[in-house]
Amino acid sequence: MIEKALKGEPRYYMWLVFLLGIIGVGMGCWFYQLHKGLGITGMGRDISWGVYIAQFTYLVGVAASAVMIVIPLYLHNYKKYGKLVVFGEFLAIAAVTMCMLFIVVDVGQPQRMLNVLLHPTLNSILFYDMIVLCGYLVINVIVGYNCLLADASHRPHPGWVTPFIYLSIPWAVSIHTVTAFLYAGLPGRHLWLTAVMAPRFLASAFASGPALLIIVLLIISRVSKFDPGREAVQTIAKTVCYAMIVNLFLVGMEIFTAFYSNIPGHMHPLQYLFVGLHGHGKIVAWMWTAAPFAFIGVILLLIPAARRHHGILAFACASIFLACWIDKGVALVIGGFIPNPFDRIVEYSATFPEISITLAIWAIGALILTVLHKVAITVREEQAST
Amino acid sequence: MSMNRRQFIKIAGLSTLFGVAGKGAFEFLSPGVLDAAEHGHGAQVPEEPAEKAIRWGMTIDVEKCGEPGVVDKCIKACHSTHNIPDFGNSKNQVKWLWQDDYEHTFAGNENSYMDDHVKELPFLCLCNHCDEPPCVRVCPTKATFKRSDGIVAMDYHRCIGCRFCMAACPYGSRSFNWFDPRNALNEKEYNMEFPTRMRGVVEKCNFCVERLAKNQLPACVEAAPEALAFGNLADPDSNVRQILRKRSSMRRKLELGTKPSVFYLV
Repeated sequence: MIEKALKGEPRYYMWLVFLLGIIGVGMGCWFYQLHKGLGITGMGRDISWGVYIAQFTYLVGVAASAVMIVIPLYLHNYKKYGKLVVFGEFLAIAAVTMCMLFIVVDVGQPQRMLNVLLHPTLNSILFYDMIVLCGYLVINVIVGYNCLLADASHRPHPGWVTPFIYLSIPWAVSIHTVTAFLYAGLPGRHLWLTAVMAPRFLASAFASGPALLIIVLLIISRVSKFDPGREAVQTIAKTVCYAMIVNLFLVGMEIFTAFYSNIPGHMHPLQYLFVGLHGHGKIVAWMWTAAPFAFIGVILLLIPAARRHHGILAFACASIFLACWIDKGVALVIGGFIPNPFDRIVEYSATFPEISITLAIWAIGALILTVLHKVAITVREEQAST
Repeated sequence: MSMNRRQFIKIAGLSTLFGVAGKGAFEFLSPGVLDAAEHGHGAQVPEEPAEKAIRWGMTIDVEKCGEPGVVDKCIKACHSTHNIPDFGNSKNQVKWLWQDDYEHTFAGNENSYMDDHVKELPFLCLCNHCDEPPCVRVCPTKATFKRSDGIVAMDYHRCIGCRFCMAACPYGSRSFNWFDPRNALNEKEYNMEFPTRMRGVVEKCNFCVERLAKNQLPACVEAAPEALAFGNLADPDSNVRQILRKRSSMRRKLELGTKPSVFYLV
């Protein structure tokens, strides 16, 4: 099966070489980090989690979003998603792999990571997060691989896979809920201490993940003979739109609760993010980039004529993907640490090695996604030609 | 029996999974049994007898801390006892015992009409050894744990450096070794009685658990007995309970339900 990934056009190889180049630079930086310690990053005693954990959080959402293809197909028999489901599963595999790598590069003693399994701690959310993430990876590998194997030999999907598909639905919800609980259960971090954390995570996940899938499918329909189907893409776009509206609504809830209650601890992190606090405002420009992109993306997807135009659709999806990434991959983690427990503001900027390592893990994800999707496309093309 | 490559990989993968999960499953079903079997009986930390409950706590007389040199000698005693590295910058700083002012130590309880004298007093900050420690709740490996005498302790050899405890601690009392702490120590001043740490693990004040085991007071209390007192909160007649009966005291961020064991006398 995997040999199908070895035959491709020159531009396919050039893309792989480009990704491997980024991975190489990041690997070098990671060895430097292993040698020196995490002090080479921008993290410190006040901002003790940074861009690594933020990417992890964002990508858990992207992984969970595969369920937005699975539910219509398997619970509502929406056949138009039939040939897309493996693309969703493979996106989930790439995203979960990136999540795990971001954890590996973030911990201080990665060689001890199995201690989480050797000393299982039922009161720690991180223990459950490890279990659900590993489980989700296994489920998606089983489902994706066996469905593709059946497609390649023109057989119907094996019946024993169906229970795993149904299991993947609550499991996808669980991975992002548990990840939200990592934050929402901590006393004294006001930005995170909110009951809508998990619902908001799910809403932004079901916006950003399918938005990425649309972009990937539009690229695939350009570079290969595989046609994802116009109506299927339009349906995914509606999912993105409504999920993003729910996400923005929940952001509004947070802002109302903090500012109408007028409780300083609840207002300070939001003030820091959106307008700056006591002269500190490194994230403000990010937030005012995210906000317009979020609204423009939603408006474009709401207008049917705009949504049907593939160029505009791609732009709208990229806007929403970017807005959600700034929200979760930049602001959420940093904002939670500001102000610190002593009501002081210490800001954070990622360093060069930290950014290189981050880009390398994104490149590894892109590499996995490219190879898996290449295999899936080849199978689809062979199906179409016979 | 013949086996093709795919079958072999499947079986090898599954057996690895179960091999890894094996000990975990054992611990899950019957916690502690495995450790006893591995280390022998003698390696267990001796439990305090049940009839004599111990709950260690500390009182800090803020007014006395304001006298010249008191705070500095406490911090110095702690740092030299525990081989605390000095990286020379606030980003990577490791803190066990340090000082701050009222406004920041009791952030959220600011009082603009307060006497200026109190505003300028030094408040000693350290791990509060909470009754309900959030750091222990979140640690995924039990590397930080609460002992039966109330001390929140650390196992530097088990810590994976995930820093979940640092996010969970509402007092900023936990420090991560962002670089190798041994490079930020003067070798001639090593205290050979206490281990140095390696990079990539979290550490914090341990209420001098190693000194308590030898019937000694914590280093900071020994250095400034006029300002600090240490004793058993579970014993109604103990020194700290007598002090707390006579003096009014404050604890940090009580609204979070962590129940700190460090009391500031005002």
